[in-house]
Amino acid sequence: MTIQFNDETFRDDYTFRNSDWAIKRFPFPFHEDSYMYSVNMEQHRGGPEGSVFEKRFDVDEHYISEMRDRAIVLAEDPLRCQSLPHMTLAGWDLLELIMVSKSEDYPDLFELHRNGDKWRWINKPLGIDDTFTFMDDASLPYGPMEYITRQAQGDFAVLDQRENNLWMDAGMVTTQADWSLDFDIGMNFFEWHAPVPRAHEMGVFKRALKFLLNIQQGSPARRLNWTMTVNPLLDTSPENYHKWGVQKTSLMPENIGRKQHLRVELQTFYRLPRSNALVFPIRCYLIALDDLVTVPKWGRRLHRVIRDLPEDLATYKGFIRNRPMILDYLSQYDDGKPTSPGIWPDLETEPPLEK
Amino acid sequence: MSRFTFPPSIPSRPVYGTLAPREAAQHLMVADAEGAEALLDLAAAAPEIMAKAHVIYIPRNAGEALVEKLRATGPDILHVSPSYLASVPRLRRVLSDTVMGAQVYLAGTEGLIGQAMNEALQAGIPLAAIQTEHRGSVARRVQCVHCKGITEDVMTDPFVCSHCGLNLFVRDHYSRRLAAFQGVCIDAEDPGEVPEPVELYK
Repeated sequence: MTIQFNDETFRDDYTFRNSDWAIKRFPFPFHEDSYMYSVNMEQHRGGPEGSVFEKRFDVDEHYISEMRDRAIVLAEDPLRCQSLPHMTLAGWDLLELIMVSKSEDYPDLFELHRNGDKWRWINKPLGIDDTFTFMDDASLPYGPMEYITRQAQGDFAVLDQRENNLWMDAGMVTTQADWSLDFDIGMNFFEWHAPVPRAHEMGVFKRALKFLLNIQQGSPARRLNWTMTVNPLLDTSPENYHKWGVQKTSLMPENIGRKQHLRVELQTFYRLPRSNALVFPIRCYLIALDDLVTVPKWGRRLHRVIRDLPEDLATYKGFIRNRPMILDYLSQYDDGKPTSPGIWPDLETEPPLEK
Repeated sequence: MSRFTFPPSIPSRPVYGTLAPREAAQHLMVADAEGAEALLDLAAAAPEIMAKAHVIYIPRNAGEALVEKLRATGPDILHVSPSYLASVPRLRRVLSDTVMGAQVYLAGTEGLIGQAMNEALQAGIPLAAIQTEHRGSVARRVQCVHCKGITEDVMTDPFVCSHCGLNLFVRDHYSRRLAAFQGVCIDAEDPGEVPEPVELYK
């Protein structure tokens, strides 16, 4: 299908909207009526046609506007994109992975023409037509990681693998759920996850690391993660928390359906061929509660998940102060009926809301 | 007396040990304030290593008495520096000259240990050759996540960022690259509602 790109903002006047298409393909993260941490990894080998899992790097109606938002963030704070000196090769690996994947998966939008190390990259949505020499840093206007991730939705953490651990040694991070690349760069897997409650004691990170260290070239993996965000703000960074934190207090029963968003991360993991680094794209999808509850199954389930979430997780995810109001709103969309297993909307088979 | 047992914390927070003498052709010792007491204990346990020791000491407010005691252990070189920053060029120069197997001993405040550790690692000293021992002040070095400025010797939580003036609470999240804890605005969601500062670990 041809994607109609939105002209929208993720700040100030917040004109971000999801079309009906985007709502139905939203990656709802709960496969049952409750949530607890788990190493919920699966192979990233496509998915149902039209779903966000179908392509290696999903491109949707928000692409152009998200890239514009990224450029604004980088102009304000270049530290959101950093690469330690030994990570340049991994940057080239990543550039190749994204260019090859996008040109194969979206041939109407992206083209890659390779003649030896002379490459020509055409990005039609962003109006880019660049010719450069593969592996020659001087032939691109930015470093290879920055160049290509200014053209790819989602954050990118590029992880070096050594000493049986993963090291956050490069990244492009402008749509993050409240963590700082500038602070965490150079940390190992356990260090950068240190602030996460419970999961260390549950052994989640040890098991996840073991899984990730063994990811092979050509066999990427994926998982979903989630949090809640007031307003469709992509840049919920700690750097700017003193500016956006106050927006949490703007939530009221009259506006909660439009302002409160479920924020879902589609996290994928790819082994890179030359550097043996692991790239960890973290793609952020936002949906307003008003839109989410148009899928009856999702309205029922989100109410149950938020209601039963342990307090420390609600605090860590940053919505503890607004949980009562969120529950008041969501309870209108929970009639107590059972829900079908799995994350899909099941619009044809799930009963309509009876309330 | 100068020892403090830190409460258990998250995995990014550094843990410190007790300096123990090791066999080596060179010993580089860096300490500030009461950190000198850890070096004195080390020298008492293995007086023979001091003849191969280069000691860089920043007394801060610990006074001359500890300098004299350090001198009395007979180090090959004792350099007394007025501040950590002033000692950095010398530290780098000395690190660039270390021989294979050289041992590094860091003692004193968390700020000193963290920053000197960074210098040692950047100079290629393996982590296994670096020992640390915390002594004295439990003050922390904190980076403001908002303006990126680092405030030294933070004794309370919350505190005022010495660069941008925001009220910050101190997280246990620690960056070895920055040798600093993370400070985050405490009243972002309730502007002006800043709790009374309390002394760290009280």
